[in-house]
Amino acid sequence: MLTENDISALWITFKLAGLTTLILLLLGTPLAWWLANTRNRFKTIIEAVVALPLVLPPTVLGFYFLIVLGPYGPLGKLMLLTGGHSLAFTFAGLVVGSVFYSMPFVVQPLQNAFITIGKRSMEVAATLRASPVDRFFSIALPLARPGFLTATVLGFAHTVGEFGVVLMIGGNIPGETHVLSIAIYDHVESLEYGQAHVLAGGLLVISFILLLLVYGLNRRFRIVFS
Amino acid sequence: MTIEARFRLKRGSFTLDADLTVPAQCFTCILGPSGSGKTTLLRAIAGLTKCRDGYFRIGEYIWQEGDYYTPPHKRPLGYVFQEPSLFPHMLVKQNLEYGFKRIPALERRIKFEEAISLLGLQPFLERNSNSLSGGERQRVAIARAILTSPKLLLMDEPLASLDSESKRGIIPYLATLHTNLEIPVFYVSHSHDEIAQLADTLVFLDAGKVKKVTRITGRNTSIDLPLEPGKDNWAIIEAKVAGYDNEFNLTYADFSGGCFYIACGELPIDSPIRLRVMAGDVSLSLDFQEETSVLNIFPVYIEEISTNDAATMTVRLDLLGTPILAQITRKSAHALKLEKHKKVYAHIKNVALIH
Repeated sequence: MLTENDISALWITFKLAGLTTLILLLLGTPLAWWLANTRNRFKTIIEAVVALPLVLPPTVLGFYFLIVLGPYGPLGKLMLLTGGHSLAFTFAGLVVGSVFYSMPFVVQPLQNAFITIGKRSMEVAATLRASPVDRFFSIALPLARPGFLTATVLGFAHTVGEFGVVLMIGGNIPGETHVLSIAIYDHVESLEYGQAHVLAGGLLVISFILLLLVYGLNRRFRIVFS
Repeated sequence: MTIEARFRLKRGSFTLDADLTVPAQCFTCILGPSGSGKTTLLRAIAGLTKCRDGYFRIGEYIWQEGDYYTPPHKRPLGYVFQEPSLFPHMLVKQNLEYGFKRIPALERRIKFEEAISLLGLQPFLERNSNSLSGGERQRVAIARAILTSPKLLLMDEPLASLDSESKRGIIPYLATLHTNLEIPVFYVSHSHDEIAQLADTLVFLDAGKVKKVTRITGRNTSIDLPLEPGKDNWAIIEAKVAGYDNEFNLTYADFSGGCFYIACGELPIDSPIRLRVMAGDVSLSLDFQEETSVLNIFPVYIEEISTNDAATMTVRLDLLGTPILAQITRKSAHALKLEKHKKVYAHIKNVALIH
């Protein structure tokens, strides 16, 4: 039913989404914490930059990434000079693009979760001798659990569904940058509707189940802890 | 040993400019109208509100002075907020252990079991903090704070959100806490009952400034409490149980000015008690009257007379060093020709046992 090409696309897609989500959680958590707590005047600018992928057509984002990461772009040149090679049309390039593309889907739920916790619990923890780092891990992280669940699933699902950015900076190299959404596009282009159905339908069902799980778990969490 | 606090802080139109010295080992009540800076003062002491122009010393330990600033988690204090603020993702036991585990074993002056039994928390340990009532939660919050063996306990209207039944349950705990554990307490409150039962020292704040500090020091002394001019004034008297009259079921209570007869049931001899005399329960006469139903009559000297309103006055009386307040009408004051230093007899119709 699935061609070898389809299976490879599936694997690349999930590898890309998994890696992107992991990187975003590691980078996004401190960023979201900072945004939730700072009164710095640059906060608004950073928030706007993080939200950009929500409003920009993915092709615009992909186009600029291609320019920056390509062999003639500033980053691409730097990579070549330091003995590496351009990230354009590579899996690594896809990861970099996806991290930016999916950033709001991870940072915003986390930021909201941190804001919801409020200052009080953290202040109480401070008067109970917990250092700032200690407070973050013992109070903020556990209380922000629904936010982390939402962020993980949205970040992952959104990366799985990306198309425009991938097309621009990844091209369509089988086994390297040939992802699920492009595989579906290819099948439709070649009028292989049956195979398109398998991939598209599968994606639809999986996404729906994932979201159902997230909302269900978050609801339970809120009931228990409210 | 004293506690010294000086904080200056500007927040919009509000300015905190508090300068305060109280004896350590005191239960200090902080009073004042809302918006007078009571909470801000507590938060500044805790370091939760960073006050650049501040000084705080308790005994020989300085927590803050000039550029030297100890962050809140390094100040050995306990803080009980107005709402219990238990950690929702932890069981009651985990809440209690949170601070306890974070202080070195050698510094734990208060044992885990001690705090639990003092606040009666044994039945709740394995419960989720959300399944408790408001009063139970606040007791957990108080135990959680004292389990850090604090050098100072800060309480911001800890009973304000509770119904009167829960309050009655907690106040005795707070009193024992202070006496048994010897922790100085700063306690913000609006309630006359709480103040009468707990306070040793009173601090009056108004518009961010300390207006007055009065003390109820040790046993056998007392002080008047002009909380609001003329209204519900009362005097606190520290006394000691001296005996019990089995025939009429009255307790004798010795205080520095003499002995009260109180109808309060039998109490162990020599136990220290705190009594309250409402100004409205004290009437004055020029001569000693034998034939009266009032049991507690004392010769006193008038120290001060102040007018409350068009009709009533408050008289401050000196009973061999113990101040007592009487609320009388202006007409009576005029008829008796009351004036400073005059000798009169105080008829105390009711003496209430606080604890």
